[in-house]
Amino acid sequence: MIWAAFLTLLSHWRRHPFQLIAILVGLALSTGLWSAVQAINAEARASYARAAEQLGQAQADHLAPRSGRQLNVSDYVALRRAGWLLAPVLEGRVGFGAQGYDLIGVDLLNPPPLSLMDAAPISTGETGETDISVTLLPPGQIFLHPDTAATMDPEADVPPIVTSLAVPRGTVIADIALASRLLGRPEHLTRLVILPDQPLLQQPLADVAPHLVRIEADTAGTATERLTDSFHLNLTAFGLLSFAVGLFIVQGSVALGMEQRRGLFRTLRSLGVPLTALMALLAAELVLMALVAGSLGLTFGYGVAAALLPDVSATLSGLYGANVDGSLTLRPVWVLSGLAMALGGAALAGARAFYALWSMPILTAPRAGGRIRRAERSFVILAVVGATMILGALLILWQFDGLLAGFLFLGGIMLGAALVLPLCLTLLLRFGAKTAKGPIAEWLWADTRAQLPGLSLALMALMLALAANVGVGTMVSSFRLTFVGWLDQRLAAEIYVTVDNDDQGAALAEWIAQREDARALPIRWHDTTHQQAPLRIYGILDDPTYRNNWPILDALPDVWTQIADGNGVLINEQLARRHGYGPGDRILLSDSWNMTIAGIYSDYGNPNGQAILSLPLLLEQVGPIANRQFGIRIRPREAAQLIQDIRNRYDLPPERVADQSTIKAQSLSIFDRTFVVTDALNVLTLGVAAFAMLTSLLTLWGQRLPQLAPIWAMGITRKNLARLDILRSLLLAALTACFALPLGLALAWALLAVINVEAFGWRLPMYLFPSDWARLFVFALLAAALAALLPARKLEKLSPSELLKAFANER
Amino acid sequence: MVLKIRDVSKSYPSRSGKTQVLQDISLSLGAGESLALTGDSGSGKSTLLHLAAALEGFDSGEITIGDTQLSTLGEAGRARLRQSQVSIVFQQFNLIPSLTVESNLSLHARIADRRDTGWEQRLVNQLGLSELLHRFPDQLSGGQQQRVAIGRAMALRPALLLADEPTGNLDETASEAVMELMLDLLKDSRAALFLVTHSDAIAGRLDRRLYLRKGRVS
Repeated sequence: MIWAAFLTLLSHWRRHPFQLIAILVGLALSTGLWSAVQAINAEARASYARAAEQLGQAQADHLAPRSGRQLNVSDYVALRRAGWLLAPVLEGRVGFGAQGYDLIGVDLLNPPPLSLMDAAPISTGETGETDISVTLLPPGQIFLHPDTAATMDPEADVPPIVTSLAVPRGTVIADIALASRLLGRPEHLTRLVILPDQPLLQQPLADVAPHLVRIEADTAGTATERLTDSFHLNLTAFGLLSFAVGLFIVQGSVALGMEQRRGLFRTLRSLGVPLTALMALLAAELVLMALVAGSLGLTFGYGVAAALLPDVSATLSGLYGANVDGSLTLRPVWVLSGLAMALGGAALAGARAFYALWSMPILTAPRAGGRIRRAERSFVILAVVGATMILGALLILWQFDGLLAGFLFLGGIMLGAALVLPLCLTLLLRFGAKTAKGPIAEWLWADTRAQLPGLSLALMALMLALAANVGVGTMVSSFRLTFVGWLDQRLAAEIYVTVDNDDQGAALAEWIAQREDARALPIRWHDTTHQQAPLRIYGILDDPTYRNNWPILDALPDVWTQIADGNGVLINEQLARRHGYGPGDRILLSDSWNMTIAGIYSDYGNPNGQAILSLPLLLEQVGPIANRQFGIRIRPREAAQLIQDIRNRYDLPPERVADQSTIKAQSLSIFDRTFVVTDALNVLTLGVAAFAMLTSLLTLWGQRLPQLAPIWAMGITRKNLARLDILRSLLLAALTACFALPLGLALAWALLAVINVEAFGWRLPMYLFPSDWARLFVFALLAAALAALLPARKLEKLSPSELLKAFANER
Repeated sequence: MVLKIRDVSKSYPSRSGKTQVLQDISLSLGAGESLALTGDSGSGKSTLLHLAAALEGFDSGEITIGDTQLSTLGEAGRARLRQSQVSIVFQQFNLIPSLTVESNLSLHARIADRRDTGWEQRLVNQLGLSELLHRFPDQLSGGQQQRVAIGRAMALRPALLLADEPTGNLDETASEAVMELMLDLLKDSRAALFLVTHSDAIAGRLDRRLYLRKGRVS
């Protein structure tokens, strides 16, 4: 009996193959986009974990200097003498030719638990050996991933290379002595890894090195993860949005499949199939579909993730300096979670239909009439729920801070607005019908309203996708506009030079000082920490370049005079927001170094804290610092000649002496690449929404004929009916787009004023881009027209005998 | 003549080649005349009505409505003819669910741009619909829906009224009332009525009666 009943239930799909395809594709798309995002996140986190493992961060605590203090080799020696078992680490950025790399120097004779040295190198460089003595003795060796080695400039002065798959991409590992030489920091260390099995008796840290602080392994190990969390949360939010949009397709199709089989369910129950068995069979059917669709979705998601990962990798590297492999690994957990999402999504989409079946009495005939008004009553309930969600979202925004509160606010207004949409459209269509002139227009408005119950889910999906486009588009365009203006201010110097060493830097400064037509602005900094977060302090000379161009957001009067006199410090927006600092507040730059904050400036594309003060004051406080980078002011038309002169005089490669426009172009290129992933997900979500509309129109096709046939019989040709059908879709898409615009702007505001501030620490001004909206509006109409084209074409080509069936007894 | 059908044949393609549904049918109907077409299920009654309504094409012969030969018309021409000359009352009523009774009633006349509000008001009164004008079809009983369907067809003041089992979904009393109304209205409008029915009682109330057997008039 059960098998026969199951086959009878499945026979529905043979008669309605498109409904089945809609469910499978909808579920596959939603699972696919969600899984793609999860695969990208998992790959990135695995890369962070690998990188952390290389340094033993995952297993060990470490010692780092307090705010404003340095860690020197002498501290290491003192601690070792005091009984501490430690492994020194020196980190920094090193340039080989035109390329920059993250350099990690470790003591290879006394290493922290590195997996690097355990891994057999797959090839060796010039030395052809991996003997530890070769690594330690000059010129030493550097360890790289083969992919990183491939990016090395063959002309660059590079120590012998050993390639190993154990090294994260983009990272160079060397013995600490070689790292000190390459970074030009012979006496400095970045941190000291605390090795396991410490002796019982050792002097307390506070006695030996009070300026150092112990940092727990879990805090240190997740430093990159913490920084990149907001980025991954953004991706997850987009994945969830795509998943929700896809589920709209599934819910519509599942509900229709159930609705059309109500008669069949009654018959089966009359024939003795218990309700529980029927429910179980339908659940089995849905599980089967979810597993098939989930598998398809995982394949699709893997493809999308593989295509997007290189851009994500570039974004994370550009934005956070985090290195992520560009290749994708298939993880069993990812496969299982993808299938679980498909099953969960199917359950969510089918829940309402299952409840309706459960509560359906066996003998009640299906209610033929009143479908539209029943649906409109449910629209009112949905609107009340939606309005409550929007109010709740506003309440969350008002009462709570943090990234999670920001995303809850976004989720609340997006989902709330989607639930309110059908009622708003109903009211608008009712108003349209009242103002319609002529019977066809009146019928069109009324018929459009009658179609709303079947199309509402697709329209909600379309609105969410359009709003996401408007919101994210406005955010990205506002960001770009601000960023371009900010670059113009920040990159005011005509030439930027990086020399080989401090002596060359001093010589260049002296040479430029002798010229009357040019001024050199040293770019010198000291890295430290502030409340355990990285802080870079720049020292600058008093120059009109800063006074005229620096992007100050808020400042005390005479800010530049205070900076020049050494009485104040400028801090970047993210540092100010993170700690609630404002102009006039005091900031602790080291244990005994307090300064007044004279102003706050915008600093996009950098997640870390930054401060600017007078260069003489910085040198006085922290001692000697590198002097290798300069901005040079000169009349623009003389810049090209000076670039040539500097290159010839100091024998510098072209990439070390760059003009302003080159650096701006590089910065903009990094910026644009950052949003490639967002753009791709945006387009995919819109595609899914358009598909939702198509599936809804096609699944409604069978129900449309009895409504169209009488109009055709009254003398409206099939061609005109087809045109009216397209017009109806355009009307609905246009109205939906009108609602999507304010929602999108609310989304943009939330992204710029809430999410960005929480995630990155900067707030951006919001600009409006009406031409982008117009383009999106046209796109929405185009998507609706394309979705309506197939059913309309079907209608135009439909034989009269098919239409006549609408009048026949069998229908 | 309002309707003239001469030697009309109609077949449908089928697996075995083609199925002949109507063969050499001829009949005519003048203004104010009524004709009942009866026959067994599957004898082709509805098909003949659809051909007369210019809803479907035929294989051979000719159908003339007023002065217009249907064989000379394309789809647009047939649609124009239906707009202005022909009204149909269906067994399933086929009202537009999204429009009120009032809008349904006037729809065909308005599509043809021939609205006559005085005539409509008279129809409303005679059909007893004045209390139902602002309701939607699904809020009406079967008999009420059929009255609206008849009102919609009559509001056009068509030359030819076609009815396919117009009382097939109603009980005997309601059927009687609906037929009474339809015949009363026809007297006023001078339209020709071509009605398909299974009911001998209803067929007996019309001027003439034809019996269709296996696609031929007998």
